[in-house]
Amino acid sequence: MDILTIKDGLPKAAAGHHTPLDHGFLHSVESGAAVDGPGMRFVFFMAGCQFRCLYCHNPDTWKLHNGRRITLDDAIAEIKPYAGFLKFAGGVTISGGEPLMQAGFVGEMFRRIKQDFGLHTALDTQGFLHGNVEDTFFDNVDLVLLDIKHSDPDTYKRLTAQPLQPTLDFAHRLKRLQKPMWLRYVLVPGWTDGAEDIARLADFVADLGDIVKRVEVLPFHQMGTQKWEQLGIEYPLKDSPTPTPDSVAQARAIFAARGLTVL
Amino acid sequence: MGILSEKITPADAWSGFKGEAWRESVDVRDFIQANYTPYTADSTFLAGATKRTLKLWEDLSVLLKAEREKGVLDVSADRASTITAHDAGYIDQAAELIVGLQTDAPLKRAIMPNGGLRMVENGLEAFGFELDPSVKEVWTKYRKSHNQGIFDVYSPEILAARKSGVITGLPDAYGRGRIIGDYRRVALYGTDALRAFRQKDFRAIENEVFTDSVMRLREELSEQFRALDELREMAAKYGYDISKPATNAREAIQWTYFAYLAAVKEQNGAAMSLGRVSTFLDIYIQRDIDAGLLTEEQAQELIDDMIIKLRIVRFLRTPEYDQLFSGDPTWVTESIGGMGEDGRPLVTKSSFRFLHTLYNLGPAPEPNLTVLWSTKLPTGFKNFCAKVSADTSAIQYENDDLMRPKWGDDYGIACCVSAMRIGKQMQFFGARSNLAKALLYAINGGVDEKSGVAVAKGFEPIKGDVLDYDEVMAKFDKMMDWLAATYVKALNTVHYMHDKYAYERIEMALHDRDILRTMACGIAGLSVAADSLSAIKHAKVHVIRNEAGLAVDYKIEGSYPAYGNNDDSVDDIAVWLTETFMKKIAAQPYFYRDSMPTQSVLTITSNVVYGKKTGNTPDGRRAGEPFAPGANPMNGRDTKGFVAAGASVAKIPYDSALDGISWTASATPDSLGKTDEERAQNLANCLDGYAAAGGFHVNVNVFNRETLVDAMDHPELYPQLTVRVSGYAVNFVKLTREQQLDVISRTFHAKM
Repeated sequence: MDILTIKDGLPKAAAGHHTPLDHGFLHSVESGAAVDGPGMRFVFFMAGCQFRCLYCHNPDTWKLHNGRRITLDDAIAEIKPYAGFLKFAGGVTISGGEPLMQAGFVGEMFRRIKQDFGLHTALDTQGFLHGNVEDTFFDNVDLVLLDIKHSDPDTYKRLTAQPLQPTLDFAHRLKRLQKPMWLRYVLVPGWTDGAEDIARLADFVADLGDIVKRVEVLPFHQMGTQKWEQLGIEYPLKDSPTPTPDSVAQARAIFAARGLTVL
Repeated sequence: MGILSEKITPADAWSGFKGEAWRESVDVRDFIQANYTPYTADSTFLAGATKRTLKLWEDLSVLLKAEREKGVLDVSADRASTITAHDAGYIDQAAELIVGLQTDAPLKRAIMPNGGLRMVENGLEAFGFELDPSVKEVWTKYRKSHNQGIFDVYSPEILAARKSGVITGLPDAYGRGRIIGDYRRVALYGTDALRAFRQKDFRAIENEVFTDSVMRLREELSEQFRALDELREMAAKYGYDISKPATNAREAIQWTYFAYLAAVKEQNGAAMSLGRVSTFLDIYIQRDIDAGLLTEEQAQELIDDMIIKLRIVRFLRTPEYDQLFSGDPTWVTESIGGMGEDGRPLVTKSSFRFLHTLYNLGPAPEPNLTVLWSTKLPTGFKNFCAKVSADTSAIQYENDDLMRPKWGDDYGIACCVSAMRIGKQMQFFGARSNLAKALLYAINGGVDEKSGVAVAKGFEPIKGDVLDYDEVMAKFDKMMDWLAATYVKALNTVHYMHDKYAYERIEMALHDRDILRTMACGIAGLSVAADSLSAIKHAKVHVIRNEAGLAVDYKIEGSYPAYGNNDDSVDDIAVWLTETFMKKIAAQPYFYRDSMPTQSVLTITSNVVYGKKTGNTPDGRRAGEPFAPGANPMNGRDTKGFVAAGASVAKIPYDSALDGISWTASATPDSLGKTDEERAQNLANCLDGYAAAGGFHVNVNVFNRETLVDAMDHPELYPQLTVRVSGYAVNFVKLTREQQLDVISRTFHAKM
């Protein structure tokens, strides 16, 4: 199947996600790293994810109810002490887990972050559940960090346990909304470093046009190993090597050859 | 009538300069304001090092290597140093653009027994040198030192507190330092005019009642007058007549440096800071460039040459001193940037040129380059500073937006974080008292937890097995009263005697006659004390006593919020400690010479020694474990990242710590961004955010832990690796292994 085929339906995702507006489940927060979006970010790691990526480095965020229950006011109060700083230095990123598992609550968080503090906002997602939200959801999101794990639907399914198509549809939806995005691609040796697979994805991304402000090729690392062990689950990639600098450079070159800004 | 009109008309020296007030009286700030050229663009104009500069630096590197191996390269142990004690000395006379050494050879240290003969003897002995017997005879038979005077006065309680380490680092055996002469005055006016000005000051009080203080002042003014003569004489040995104002950039730099050099020939002060010279010098450089007399490359070369000299300022110190302040620091602090009161940035091209020496000559801990940060600084300068930080980890930042309203726009930083109006203010350096240990004294009724000796007399210990917050607080309050009283008595003694026996003649000659003096107290162990109180309040802390009934350990049941995570439930305790101790200091009945009490939250590297001298604490810290430096959260307890840690530190109120609050932050390059450009941009934005939040000071280190570990194993590969510690920078390879491990154990902020 050609992934460039546009399918702009909004498939509703699997049932069971959490949608109340006044409270949600939070895994953790982090107050300062220039990794998840522009500048220094305050990051909410929401609990819950319906993906089971083989190389997940935060498997402890998979289960929604492993998270800490917080109200909307609690969440806003977490940011408040940093708002002045973030105004200068960066903004707020909502990541996970998969934040769209709690789309209602996350949408409210974005609304309040904009309304109360006027901060830059970013949503870090793989987009699978975008059918859960209306277009207006993105009015309060300045940037989407979109993870596309693979460009081949079959491998995607084996890698994540979910289908690829909704994520691609989401990318097209961002194009229609003209919403700025960064594409994030994790380079896992033996899984995602095939030149053809990367080229296919790069074509797709290039086709999205101006909205793609940056492509980040993230070398797979083994820092998540301990978490898998702690959770007592077999880590399928525990012996996987990290990519060589050469293979990272090659992957980046494939994106760059299509005129994309790559880091 | 201008102060120079009697003897000279420096038409050439001052040609093209604007403004009037500075011609009428000594007023360097007015001169700067009337003549400087703000620079708001980026760093692309800068020039690299010339062959001459690189050759000179290479020649010196051979000596620096030999010094690293020996500890001290050479000492002039044959004479007590004075401004004129040594003949001219050079690295390579033909190649040097700016000349002058502390003795007659580079890296040859001088001895200054006015501070204390024992310190000199111990220092010499430690490095295998011998004191000339005649020097010893003079300072044992005929001449009393600062150190002897102090010990004639100290009370048994002060001695006990000093010994146990509840008060540590007092400048009672070494020079107090932290006085910045306005060295720029020599360039602008020449020594003749400054002498004439001093004479006028002297005459102005000849009809006053001769009280103790008037007589002291007259004697000091006479000494200052003499010191200016000696300064002129010293410069003459190098073939320069500095009695008249400097006429060009090279002379302005040379005159300014000579004035500073005189200070470091005569005083072995703990911190011998330079002040705020770059924008002043820029006026001369710009005038020469405009006149076609100087190229950018030549301008940079002059600055590079001056910086080379500042990098080799040395003092002979004892192993005990090195343990407190590791890495052989001199705190030749130069304050760069900041905003003017009229809203113009005080950033000039020379602000860039000073920072650029870190590229031209490679990173170095000295001079201690300090950027006065304001959110209003020009973007080009902000980004350049951040880039230099990310590349060299050699600069520190202090919040100009906090200091300018207090000290105007011509202050400089002495040592690490002490702001003072240049030429108008000095401080009585007071080292610090150990609040963590004082808390243990509160629990043990004044008995030292390590020695079992009763240091603070007349206190009852806590008898319960579980610490009760209210009871601890009540006892701690009283113990802080005792500590403040003992501490201020010690400081009054130290500074009375320093003025008497080791007066800073040349530095004070470059001040106004009437100045503000601060009594700069300090606290150590803030995070340990705050976390201990948090543990007592929020968890359950059991006391473990030894056979003698002394509380020697603690068991914590439950968890407690730790300082450094932007959590008010404990950060408020740290704020309370700072405010409370300041109030207790300020409540003391007497401050020598009408000085204004202030305090700092700064430990330099003495956090290691303080930790060594302090037993187990109720926060779970083990006996002997280093404290966190300055106002830092305890190592590893600031788990929420860089920004949360900074937010906690920014809560410590500057009004209660006017001598400065130090935070040392280490981030991995990756945590700051993906490209050099992005890292610089993000760091600059962070500095804005921290400054806007009221953060006072930050040392910025950007490197990976692995780099430091590798440098421990292969020091020869990292001769210039520079690390910011509490308020200054050191060559990492010059630290003891213990201190290296301490630096490595400090929290590195990276992504989770």
